[in-house]
Amino acid sequence: MPKTAVTPTRMVLNQLKGRLKTARRGHKLLKDKRDELMRQFMDVVRLNKELRRKVEEGMTGAFASLTVASTIMSPEMLEQALLHPRQSVELGMSFKNIMSVNVPVYSFRTKNNDPSEIYPYGFAQTSGELDDALEKLAKVFEDMLELAQVEKTMQLLAEEIEKTRRRVNALEYVMIPNFEESIRYISMKLEENESSTKVRLMKVKDMVLEKAHNFEY
Amino acid sequence: MLKIAVLGGRDTVMGFKALGLDVFPAGSAEEAKEAFRYLTKESEVEYAIIYVEENLARYLEHEISRYKDVPSPAIIFIPGREGPLGLGQSALKAAVEKAVGTDIL
Repeated sequence: MPKTAVTPTRMVLNQLKGRLKTARRGHKLLKDKRDELMRQFMDVVRLNKELRRKVEEGMTGAFASLTVASTIMSPEMLEQALLHPRQSVELGMSFKNIMSVNVPVYSFRTKNNDPSEIYPYGFAQTSGELDDALEKLAKVFEDMLELAQVEKTMQLLAEEIEKTRRRVNALEYVMIPNFEESIRYISMKLEENESSTKVRLMKVKDMVLEKAHNFEY
Repeated sequence: MLKIAVLGGRDTVMGFKALGLDVFPAGSAEEAKEAFRYLTKESEVEYAIIYVEENLARYLEHEISRYKDVPSPAIIFIPGREGPLGLGQSALKAAVEKAVGTDIL
């Protein structure tokens, strides 16, 4: 018996056959989508791993310089030096479509193009280590931006892969077997009906013949 | 115009201020939660990227997981002064696990 109740008629049988065909095609398409997503995802993961390592290393270096700077300068002076930034960053965001997943692409623009603008202080009262730290930080920031893009892409792709995988599995292990089962059930039922009709007809024929001619086997 | 925010300890975010990012220093779990809520809900300007220091991210796990499947904002862990805690790595692992079903790294 199929799990869902179906009326064993020829019309339902035809409908089910159509749905099975669609489900098979959908399953194949989704499987292809999943495979391609997976390929892209693995590239992104590899890139992400590399970038994260780079960012973590770069930031460790920058923080080390900053620590040195903060030992040389008093905390108040350090804060004062960094309090009023001369630089500001504006971010642009557009979307790229990877296999119907919208992933962000960032572009950033600094207000001042002069790279020396990251130092918001006079050089007289601050130590060279602070300059060093900021330079390192500015360098690592570009990687950080790329990391943000790659990591978000990775998360969104993972989400989509999970969804696609569920759909593929649902089709493969639930929908398609159910349809097949129902189709088998209906065709068997139809066959049964047919043979019982045949038997009944034969019986009727016998009865009619017997009545008409008093004929007997 | 979109902006970039850095959420972390006072010492960590200081340097990023000079680069022209918007910084939100937070010392405790409550402060971090407050700042995060401001960044994602109340703020007038839209923040497309929020960098969160790893040792604060621990307190924000629940909030952050809500933004994992939306295109914006991107919430990225950055190591703090003490060096990487491995939270960024585990985020990567979690994504792989989600996609593949097992940890293949």
